[in-house]
Amino acid sequence: MFDYTVRRLLIAVPTLVIISLVIFLVLSLAPNDPMAQVPLTVPPEVKEKMREALGLGQPLYVQFWKWLVQFFWIEPQVLIDHYFGTNFSEDKLRVISWQTRAPVMDTVVQRLPQTLWVVGMSYVVAIAISIPIGIYSAYKQYSIFDQAGTFITMVGYSIPPFFTGPLVIVIFAVYLEWFPSTYDTLHEVNNWESFIVQLKQMFLPVMVLAIQGTAQISRYMRSAILDNLNQDYVRTARAKGLSESIVILVHVLRNSMIPVITVIALNLPLIFGGAIITEQVFKVNGIGQQLILAIYANDLPTIQTLTFIFAFLIVFFNLVADVLYALLDPRIRYE
Amino acid sequence: MKSKTKKNIPVLYVKKLKVNFQTKTGKVTGVDDLSFSIFPGETVCLVGESGSGKSVSSLAIMRLVEFGGGKIDAGTIMFASNSNFQSNLIDSDQNKMREIRGNEIGMVFQEPMTALNPVFTIKRQLTEGLRVHKQMSKNEADIEALNLLKSVRIPEPERRLHQYPHELSGGMRQRIVIAMALACKPKILIADEPTTALDVTIQAEILTLLNRLKKETGTSILFITHDMAVVAQIADRVVVMYHGEKVEEGNVNEVFNNPKKDYTKKLISSVPKLGAMIGKKYPEPLKLDSKNKVKSIKIVGTTKPLLEVKNLVTRFPVTGGMFRKKIANLHAVEDVSFTINKGQTFSLVGESGCGKTTIARSVLRLEEAESGEVCMEGVDILKQNKKDLLRQRLNMQMVFQDPYGSLNPVMKLFDQVAEPLINYKIASGHNLNKKISELFDKVRLPRSFLNRYPHELSGGQRQRVAIARALALNPKLLILDEAVSALDVSVQASVINLLLDLQDELGLSYLFVSHDMAVVERVSHYVGVMYLGRMVEIGDRQTIFSNPTHPYTRALMKAVPIADPKKRFNRDDINFKPISSPIMDLGFVPEPSSYNIIKKGHYVLNNDIGYN
Repeated sequence: MFDYTVRRLLIAVPTLVIISLVIFLVLSLAPNDPMAQVPLTVPPEVKEKMREALGLGQPLYVQFWKWLVQFFWIEPQVLIDHYFGTNFSEDKLRVISWQTRAPVMDTVVQRLPQTLWVVGMSYVVAIAISIPIGIYSAYKQYSIFDQAGTFITMVGYSIPPFFTGPLVIVIFAVYLEWFPSTYDTLHEVNNWESFIVQLKQMFLPVMVLAIQGTAQISRYMRSAILDNLNQDYVRTARAKGLSESIVILVHVLRNSMIPVITVIALNLPLIFGGAIITEQVFKVNGIGQQLILAIYANDLPTIQTLTFIFAFLIVFFNLVADVLYALLDPRIRYE
Repeated sequence: MKSKTKKNIPVLYVKKLKVNFQTKTGKVTGVDDLSFSIFPGETVCLVGESGSGKSVSSLAIMRLVEFGGGKIDAGTIMFASNSNFQSNLIDSDQNKMREIRGNEIGMVFQEPMTALNPVFTIKRQLTEGLRVHKQMSKNEADIEALNLLKSVRIPEPERRLHQYPHELSGGMRQRIVIAMALACKPKILIADEPTTALDVTIQAEILTLLNRLKKETGTSILFITHDMAVVAQIADRVVVMYHGEKVEEGNVNEVFNNPKKDYTKKLISSVPKLGAMIGKKYPEPLKLDSKNKVKSIKIVGTTKPLLEVKNLVTRFPVTGGMFRKKIANLHAVEDVSFTINKGQTFSLVGESGCGKTTIARSVLRLEEAESGEVCMEGVDILKQNKKDLLRQRLNMQMVFQDPYGSLNPVMKLFDQVAEPLINYKIASGHNLNKKISELFDKVRLPRSFLNRYPHELSGGQRQRVAIARALALNPKLLILDEAVSALDVSVQASVINLLLDLQDELGLSYLFVSHDMAVVERVSHYVGVMYLGRMVEIGDRQTIFSNPTHPYTRALMKAVPIADPKKRFNRDDINFKPISSPIMDLGFVPEPSSYNIIKKGHYVLNNDIGYN
């Protein structure tokens, strides 16, 4: 098991380097000019100087190497300095955003908590709703509850967040005026009233993101339970005289969770992708919104860094899913 | 054991039971008008072929049939939890049933591999019932669990408690399931084909275990099986079922010595009996019943060798560590030699894991052998390059065990049988149609089946298709890997007869791989007995069966149940050793097999393989 994890981590390193190279090459193909927003009165020679100052005069492989060094070598040093008060990273060049001229990672660190709150909460809500729904739908297969559940999840699955987002804003924020339409990042929670305000402003974005997650996970849960209900060990458990609640919630559920947990882990990075649009719709200034703004502004270092972070999360949660799988199922032992 | 008066009250009394299943096409009757009773301390066998409703009846008694979509439409099931009180299980609600299930009626299922929950330890699964029904504390239950494991004679019971089901062999798992069923000292134990999925030696052990437990605890047993030989070994009374209805009921001696109904007669006669071929030098077909006249043929064959296997060694690497290096070898086949003559049958017999299937696969090079020679008419198969190997495979075809898994479910039967011919560009168009039709005639399948799909066929019919496919290329050698093991007895008998007919007609040679001694005795000219990758004894069939010399061969013969209630297992005979592991360190160099020659052509292994 330990050997397996270490081996997978070792394989992940070249995988991530290749991913970052592909991202870099694709971005370098993009027809853009970081000087496009500079006023026309600035003479071309000055623009050229500014380009060179950004490192754009260098050949591609130098630019890529610099990014690798900055991201993998200098940024961790910044992190160490931050926590231990050392100064390894002093005077070293970090990944700088072309847009704000500030280090990309500083902005990421500022924006990440908002994303984690909204996205993380929506995922927790999705899991909490979908697992009981999945179990009950499977146990009462083809009942009215199951049919209705199937219909609703199909709807939830097929309507994308960029549609449900404005829709719930129109209904709940504009007509009913129950919830605010935007997320105020500066809001501080220090008493009961402000906590309620926080809950209210989180409600709509969390709901929009949770709808998709619920639809997906409850489908997986339902089919996993159905698979297991026909297994011989369920009959054995019933033949022992165990109550239905123990048969389903202990014997069947434990086996059914094995595939579902891996699906949950694998989908975690994908929900960040869904969050990019939802954050934009609800004006949550998380890293999704940061990515959109960077794309508008041709801010290549920020795009490169954020895309890579998403890629890293996908690779990482793939590994987490595999390790969880082995931990949950005693039959699986990676050697 | 019990007083006479007590014995007269049946512990379970089933009357006019009718179970229906609701399907898309309407109601299907699973059991119709079934009546029988079980008295205290008695073993009643429900016997019948697949689809006869025997499992459905047992599930109906447990009221578990409702979870599988069945409905009890009529009848009574009276259960006497003690001599004064009887209750009708059909009127009981599921809460009441939960108190009876596992507590007063225990149940053992067919597949020990899947009957246990894979994610919980043995201890957890054993103690569950005790804590629910006997209100034991965790500690009390743990102690009782250990006692139960000891009572079913599991080696190292303390260690087993903390293991998961996948870490145990099939035989051990079945003991655990039996221990679970007996945990609360039930009045009745229902055993649904408990030994069908097990090797003969394990089967013999489980049967004696059940007999012993019955004597010790006074539990009544309802034993469900399709195997008449097992019935003869264990039953006090027999209920024969066919298509959901009772055909015949009676005392075990009565049913075997004087069967009244044709179906019972057929069931008994289609069991291949060990010793049925004594005094016959050559294989001949089974005589099934008077209606279908079986050609009386003797398959003589020739003495010219077709396939010679010399010193075959096949090992599988066991990998481990961070970089998945080879850390050990699984010695699946170790220095095995044998010869198959033209038109004759050589059988490989042994228990699961002994390497018999690996030999079959190595001969076809579906598995790459480590060393040795496999000479087909003088050509060493192991030395052929890809192209030549393809040509050599024209001569050798294989039929696999599972007729459900070995046919492609989305291809028409015609296309499946035609595939080898198209692959080798032997026939096309009209010629192809003609050839396939002839092949269907050969395996006695109607031509109307040509355009059907596998799911429309029964198990026996599917296996005929698999045989037709193997015959399509006109091979000289057919490798039959447990080809009749998964079939019902009467179907098995007719497929065996078909194989013998084909051998007679076409002069085929067979490499017959089986764990069933009685079938092997019926079909073989020569027999090799395998144990732990070695050939422990080899010789002509008559010699092996009349004079088994290696201790393992003898143990194997003893374990075969005999379809005669007068010849039951002697409990002292049943003392088999667990098979040791074939996984050895990389440095391990196995010694070459050396044989004692008992007489010409009869060899017995001399090496110490842990079975003496």
